[in-house]
Amino acid sequence: MTESNQPPSPQLDAVERRTLVALFDTLLPAAPATDGAPPVPGAGTAGGDRYVEQLLGAFDHDPPRIWAGGPSSGRHGGEDGFGRFLELSGWEAVAWRTRIAGWAEAYRTGLAQLGEDFGDLDDGERATRLDRLDESFRELAFEHACEALYGDPVYGGNADSAGWAAIDFRGDTAPTGWTDDEVSHPYGEAGPPW
Amino acid sequence: MVTDCDAVIVGSGPGGATAAHEFTRAGWNVVVLEKGRNHLLELEPPFGPLGHMSNDELKFTRRHVLGPDPLLEPRSYRRGVDDGERIHVGDVNNLPSTVGGGGVHADGKLPRFREEDFTLRSSRGPVEGADVVDWPITYADLEPYYAEAERLVGVAGEETNPFAAWRSGPYPMPPGADMFGATLSAPAAERLGLHPYRAPTGANSIPYDGRPACVNCGFCGYYGCPVEAKGDPVALLRAALRTGRCRIVPEAMVVGITRTPDGRTATGVRYLDLSAGPEAGDPPVREVRSGVVVLAGGAFETPRLLLRDDLGNTSDQVGRNLMVHFQTLTVGAFPFRVFGASRGRSVTHVHDDHIVGDAAQDAAARDAGLPWVRGGLVEHGGAAGPVQEALIYGPGAHHPEAMRDSSLRERLWVFTMQGEDLARPENRVDLDPTIRDAWGGPAGRMTWSPHRHELVASAHAGPILEAVLREAGAEWTVTSTSPPVGGDVSGHPMGLAPASRHVVGTARMGSSPEDSVVDPECRLWDCENVVVCDSSVFCTSTGYGPTLTLVALAARTARLLVGDPLSAAGPGSGHR
Ligand SMILES: Cc1cc2nc3c(=O)[nH]c(=O)nc-3n(C[C@H](O)[C@H](O)[C@H](O)COP(=O)(O)OP(=O)(O)OC[C@H]3O[C@@H](n4cnc5c(N)ncnc54)[C@H](O)[C@@H]3O)c2cc1C
Ligand code: SF4
Repeated sequence: MTESNQPPSPQLDAVERRTLVALFDTLLPAAPATDGAPPVPGAGTAGGDRYVEQLLGAFDHDPPRIWAGGPSSGRHGGEDGFGRFLELSGWEAVAWRTRIAGWAEAYRTGLAQLGEDFGDLDDGERATRLDRLDESFRELAFEHACEALYGDPVYGGNADSAGWAAIDFRGDTAPTGWTDDEVSHPYGEAGPPW
Repeated sequence: MVTDCDAVIVGSGPGGATAAHEFTRAGWNVVVLEKGRNHLLELEPPFGPLGHMSNDELKFTRRHVLGPDPLLEPRSYRRGVDDGERIHVGDVNNLPSTVGGGGVHADGKLPRFREEDFTLRSSRGPVEGADVVDWPITYADLEPYYAEAERLVGVAGEETNPFAAWRSGPYPMPPGADMFGATLSAPAAERLGLHPYRAPTGANSIPYDGRPACVNCGFCGYYGCPVEAKGDPVALLRAALRTGRCRIVPEAMVVGITRTPDGRTATGVRYLDLSAGPEAGDPPVREVRSGVVVLAGGAFETPRLLLRDDLGNTSDQVGRNLMVHFQTLTVGAFPFRVFGASRGRSVTHVHDDHIVGDAAQDAAARDAGLPWVRGGLVEHGGAAGPVQEALIYGPGAHHPEAMRDSSLRERLWVFTMQGEDLARPENRVDLDPTIRDAWGGPAGRMTWSPHRHELVASAHAGPILEAVLREAGAEWTVTSTSPPVGGDVSGHPMGLAPASRHVVGTARMGSSPEDSVVDPECRLWDCENVVVCDSSVFCTSTGYGPTLTLVALAARTARLLVGDPLSAAGPGSGHR
């Protein structure tokens, strides 16, 4: 597996990026820290734009940045294999290029529909613009926002694993995983907090 | 006849891998043709893991890494002819299309069937509107092969299920660690009179067969195992490769079975060499000549291949009697984390009570005008990962708090009943009249809707399962089914097609060529050097996962062919 280090060509211009961040932050907004729980970042601010950039520009890299490698990320032992993206077959590349071309078009049209000033609007006005948005784009953006914030950071989103930290999710765990005790008795002797 | 190998095997999932192992062990040379990519193991010595499997929710559940990509290989679905030609195109019941097939990402609950499962017609009787039959073989015929399958795959389990059939020996491994949620739900089930037990599972609880023990990574069902603790089917494929008599060819899509002029004997297969890539235009067509052809493409793709090749169908039974488990999904949210979605093997406990039935279940059947109903194995397990959870809540201001609260993931415990589906000829796989795959082949179409039996069994079990979850400490419970039934189901989050990946019955085994596709040794009645080594041959769906049984059947079929059948031990052999 080889990977070129060439910088990705930007898929979105600065205005589109800004609108996208605002869009993702509206769909999956931030929440402040509460007693004992860290803050939840907005999906846009936590790297949603980088996630979409990387996805739409997946074929600017060799191998394309569609499927991260394995078997471990190095965060819990083992080597960092996630950064070695997997090769696609020729036919898989056809499918992914088709899919990505459709998404790129959807972003171009959808972000334009939202308007350059979308990021400056208050919640009510944003909601009105969102209502007017093509439903299929709204669904696509929501799916990508969820993937960006709660997927592995190797795909460009979930900056500093902040999405996972917010929900106290370790993310990948291999190759160390969890001990039998952590699996069967996570609350130790005390048992669960009934 | 000049041949390239003794047997060519179509598909490298648990069925094909078992056949490859048994043939090569007996000295046969085999070629395994697999339409999907290889992410599993090196195909040259030392046949080590490729290292592609990982704890990565996007890669496995959102980006089709194990295939098939529905843009290249769409399927279609309709509930019945009243739906017109189809109501959905895309992913329908897809199992991975990759070296190792569905075994790669299954979480591998591998129970045996019970004696009664093979004699359903004789023991329970017919049901109007369904085609309930006995299998032409019995549990006793299959028992030695069940033992072989457990040994080959590596099954960890315990013998505490009071309803289990007799066994000739113990499980090869003790069970692995109990998931925390199961330490609540299993005792609760017992308190309400049910009989949960630790699920027989194809994941190592201790180092076994040169592979390590499971590390409870929490990414089991729908994920390939990053440490190779799951044995099915990598153990079988590696064993076959190590003999030096097995060649696995990925990206080889079989599109036809070549035959002698009278059509009665297969001479090999034709396949599309997808590895040539789109640059080559239409994929090159290649041939493998072989003494025996093994069809192991799974219960959806095997009938698709037979139908597109017009083989084996003088009975008009190919593709018919498609059965999938009717799933009853009962969830309960606890006031604290149960860690079901992040630690352990997805499911660690099960119970069989709704298969066996009781007076109340019999009464529910009678009230519905049915002679009997049987539910299915209930899996006690965790929920899906955070991306899937995030999608459920929908966009908006509530989202961050819902995720932190995690009532649908970390606080959720799930019972999935894999409800027995009765065979009906109109439930079937056939060829879609217009949808094509990327290479011009007709897409497979599923026509399926549940019989009233499934609905009654589900409706009866749902409240019992909710009561168990409340007894275990759940704050609230709710039950749904897949596929959804009743009312407006158009926006159902799991889609309209059944979500079950337990697909069986489309090339039924029988005693007569008039009403079955294969004989009791799984040979096509119409072409006897073609055998079927997947769950297509099942006569009933039972309420159990199909995989151990299809592996046992594949081992039996292959051993009968090489002239080395296992002898039965008999119920008096020291084990229950
Ligand atoms: C998430 C998940 C969990 C599961 N858990 C369980 C469980 O707990 N217990 C259980 O019993 N079962 C389980 N299953 C089901 C299990 O995976 C299947 O029963 C099993 O994989 C079927 O094995 P098979 O060999 O018949 O077919 P498959 O595994 O489907 O393998 C068939 C292979 O043949 C290839 N193929 C098909 N057609 C062609 C062709 N024309 N040319 C070349 N290659 C072809 C396919 O690409 C595929 O790789 C689960 C499935 C999933 C998805
Ligand atoms: S839970 Fe165990 S068997 Fe399952 S994928 Fe993780 S390590 Fe492998």
